[in-house]
Amino acid sequence: MLGNLTLAAIPYDNPIVMGAVAFTLIGGAVVVGGITWLGKWGYLWSEWLTSVDHKRIGAMYIILALIALLRGFSDAIMMRAQQALAEGAAHGYLPPYHYDQVFTAHGTIMIFFMAMPFLVGLMNIAVPLQIGARDVAFPFLNSVSLWLTAVSFGLVMLSLGVGDFSHAGWTGYPPLSELRFSPGPGVDYWIWAIQLSGLGTLMTGINFVVTIIRMRAPGMTLMRMPVFTWSALCTSALIVLAFPVLTVTLAMLTLDRYLGTHFFTAAGGGDLMMYVNMFWVWGHPEVYILVLPAFGVFSEVVATFSSKRLFGYTAMIYATVSITLLSFIVWMHHFFTMGASATVNSAFSIATMVIGVPTGVKLFTWLFTMYRGRLRFTTPMLWTVGFIVTFTIGGMSGVVLAMPPADFVLHNSEWLIAHFHNMLIPGALFGYFAGYSYWFPKVFGFQLNETWGKRAFWSWLVGFYVAFIPLYVLGLMGMPRRMWHYNNPSWQPWLIVAGFGAVLVLIGILCQLIQLAVSIRDHAKTRDLSGDLWDGRTLEWSIASPPPVYNFARIPVVYDRDAFIDMKQTGTAYVRPDEYFDIHMPRNTGVGFIMGMCTFVFGFAMIWHIWWMAIVGALAIGSCIIARAWDDDVDYYIPAAEVARTEAARFRALASAADAERAVADNFRMRPLPELVD
Amino acid sequence: MITRTFDDVFAPPEDHGHADSDTNVMFGFWLYLMSDCILFAALFASYVVYSHSADGGPTGRQLFDLRGTLGETMFLLTSSITCGFAILAMHRRQARQVIGWFVVTFLFGLGFVTMEVSEFLHMVAIGAGPDRSGFLAAFFTLVATHGTHVTVGLIWMLVLMVQVMSKGLTPKVQSRVMRLSMFWHFLDIVWVGVFTVVYLRSMV
Repeated sequence: MLGNLTLAAIPYDNPIVMGAVAFTLIGGAVVVGGITWLGKWGYLWSEWLTSVDHKRIGAMYIILALIALLRGFSDAIMMRAQQALAEGAAHGYLPPYHYDQVFTAHGTIMIFFMAMPFLVGLMNIAVPLQIGARDVAFPFLNSVSLWLTAVSFGLVMLSLGVGDFSHAGWTGYPPLSELRFSPGPGVDYWIWAIQLSGLGTLMTGINFVVTIIRMRAPGMTLMRMPVFTWSALCTSALIVLAFPVLTVTLAMLTLDRYLGTHFFTAAGGGDLMMYVNMFWVWGHPEVYILVLPAFGVFSEVVATFSSKRLFGYTAMIYATVSITLLSFIVWMHHFFTMGASATVNSAFSIATMVIGVPTGVKLFTWLFTMYRGRLRFTTPMLWTVGFIVTFTIGGMSGVVLAMPPADFVLHNSEWLIAHFHNMLIPGALFGYFAGYSYWFPKVFGFQLNETWGKRAFWSWLVGFYVAFIPLYVLGLMGMPRRMWHYNNPSWQPWLIVAGFGAVLVLIGILCQLIQLAVSIRDHAKTRDLSGDLWDGRTLEWSIASPPPVYNFARIPVVYDRDAFIDMKQTGTAYVRPDEYFDIHMPRNTGVGFIMGMCTFVFGFAMIWHIWWMAIVGALAIGSCIIARAWDDDVDYYIPAAEVARTEAARFRALASAADAERAVADNFRMRPLPELVD
Repeated sequence: MITRTFDDVFAPPEDHGHADSDTNVMFGFWLYLMSDCILFAALFASYVVYSHSADGGPTGRQLFDLRGTLGETMFLLTSSITCGFAILAMHRRQARQVIGWFVVTFLFGLGFVTMEVSEFLHMVAIGAGPDRSGFLAAFFTLVATHGTHVTVGLIWMLVLMVQVMSKGLTPKVQSRVMRLSMFWHFLDIVWVGVFTVVYLRSMV
C-alpha cells in the first residue's frame, strides 16, 4: 500500500535529525500561524501563489533561495564543527553516515535550491524591466517552473524527517549511488529533487531566451542590451543546451536503481565513467549558468556606482559569449585522473586555461570602469569589489588545478574545496547578494538598510577568507575532501580556524536577517518615490518602485546602451505620455501551483515506490496540462483609464520625490532629478 | 539638447511583444524541440558507447529484425505525410478533413507503437531485457524514449482532435495543431536516426 514507506523511516532515535525536524516544523508553524493571524491566506493565494507576474515570481524564487541558504549553511557549519572536533581519539558529534548526508545535502541545496532559484529570481525581476517588456514570454510556464523548483526543495526538506538523504555527494557518483551500495531512499530523494527541479529550470531557460530575443523594446538592438540581460541570455542558452544531458544522466541512474539496468554498475557491461563524463558535460556549463548572471549584476552595479558607462561593453559581451561556448569543452578537467591519455588531458587543460582569458577580460573591464569613476561604496558596490579581489585568487588556484600533473596531486583534496568555494562564493553568491540589495528597492519600493548590509558584507568577506584559506593549506598538506574523521594532529588547528571562519559567515547571515527585519520596520522612512534610487542607467529605473503590474504604461523607444541615462540627458526620462491605451496582460492562475503539488506527490511516491500514488500523481499532472490547454481565456485587458490613474499617481509621487530631493541631500544620488516634463 | 517628439519617445501602441503571442510560442516550441534534440543526442551518444558492452549476452545483430523495423519506419514516415495532409486541410479550413487525416495519422502512430511494444516484449521474453547488459539498457532507453514521445504525441493528437471538433479551427487551436505537427515531424527525424544508428549499424 505504501511501498517502502514504514514508520521506521522516521529517525526518532537520532536527536540531531529530530532537532532539525523540530526546528523546521516550528519555523513552518510560525509562518502558517502568522499568515492565519493576519488573515492573509486569501491575499497570499490570489496575489502571490497564483501570480504569473514576473516580479512576484522573481521575489518568490529569491525567498526560496534565502530559505535554502539557511538550510545549506546549517549543513556547512555542522561539517566545519565536525571536522574541527574529530581528530584522533575524538569522533566529533556526527556519525559517519549522517555526516555524509550532511555534505551531500549542503552541495545539492546550495547549487540547485539556493544558487539556481536566486539567479532565476534575479533574471525574473530584472530582465523584462531592462528590455522594456511587460512580462516574460510565457508567464504561466514561469509559474510552473517556480513551483517545480519549490516542491523539489520540499522533497529535500522532507528527507530530513522521512527516510534519509543521499550520502553519495552532490555529484552522486556511481557505483556508490547504485542500489547495491545505497539501498535506502536517500539517493532517490536526491535524484527526484534534482530531476524535477531541472525540468522547471529547463522551462525557465526556454522562457528567457524567447523573452530576450523577441520582446525587447524598439531600438534595443542586441548590442544595446544591458549586460545583465546579455548574461541572462547566455545563461538561458546554456540551460537549454546543458540541462537535457543532466535529465538523461539522472534517468539512466534511475533506471539502474529501479529496473536493474547496467548503465553505471561495475558488472553487466556498465561503465561508471560514462556517468562522470555525462554529469560534467552538464556540470561544467552549470558552473557558468551560476556565474554569468552574477557577472551581469557586477557589470550593472559597477557602472551605476562608478557613475560611468561600462568600460569595454563590446569586449564584455564577446567575453560572455566566449565563456558560453568554451564552457562546453572543458568538462574533463573535473576528472583528469580518469586515465585518459596525456593528449586528451592536455587538450582539456589548455581549453581550461583559455577560458580564463575572457574571464580576465571581464575583470579588467570592471576595473577600468571604476578607474576615474565617481565611486559610491554602497552595499552592492562592496559585494562587487569584494568579488573582484577574492575571485581573482580563486581563479589563480584554478589555474593550478588546470594542470593535469598538479591536479593528480590535488584532486579530491581540500585544495579543490577551497578552489570552487573561492569561485562560487564571490563569483556567484556575492553577485546574487549585490543584485538582491541593488534591485530590492525596485521590487518593494523601499531600500534595504545600508548599515546592516555593510556589516553583513564585511562579516561574509572576512569569514570567507578565514574559512577557506586554511583549506588551501590543508590541501597542500594532503587532506582529502569529505573526511568524517582523521588521524593527523597537524590538520586540526587549520580546521579549527576554518570553523571560526564559518562562525563569521554565520554572523554575516544574521546581519542579513537583521537587515531585512530593520528595513521592513523602517520602510515608511526609506520609501523610494522616484523609482530611481541609485541614479540608474537602464530601463528598470525609469518606472515606479514597485513597478505597476504592466511595468511600462507606454513601451519606451531605446536610443542608447544606457537607455535611461540617455533619456535623462535628453530630458525625455519623465515625459508624460499624451495618451494611454488598454494593456494586454496574462491572468493569474492556480494551475501552476496545483501542478507543483501534484508533482510533489508524484516525486514522493516514486521515492518510496508507492506505484499507485505515482500513477495518480502523473495522471493529475497530465490532467492539469490538458485542462490548461483547454483554457482559451488566459488574458485580460487593463483599461486605459485605469492605466492613466495609476500613472497620474506615479507622477504625483515623482513630484514629491523631486521636492524631497531639494530639501534633503541624498547620500547616493549624484545629481537632482531632471525637471518634469508635462 | 536633442529634441524628441512623443513618437520618438514611446513606441506605437500596437500590441508590442505581449506575452504568449503566437510567434513567441512557436519560437519557444522550437527551442523545446532543440533541447529535446540534445536529450536524444545524449542518448545516441551513450548508445554508441554501450553498443559494445553486451556483456556476453545477445548483440544487436542477433536480436534485431530489420524487416519488422522497416515496417515500423514505414508506418511512422507515412504518418508524417498524413499529418502534413492534415495541416494542408487546416490551411483550407476544412475541419472535418483535418480530423480525418489525424485519425489516419493516429492509426499509423498507434501501429508503430504497437509494433515497438511487441518487439520489446519479445526481447524481454527471450531474456534480452533492459537489465541484461549495458548495451541492452542503452538500446531500450533510447528506443523507448522515442516511443514514449510518440505515445505522448498520440495523446496530444486525441486532445487536439476533440478541440478541433468542439472549438473549431480557431487561431489558438490552429496554433496548437501546428506545434503538434512540428513535434510529429521531429519524432520522425529522430526515428530516422534510430533506424540508422541502432538497426542498420548493427548489421554492418
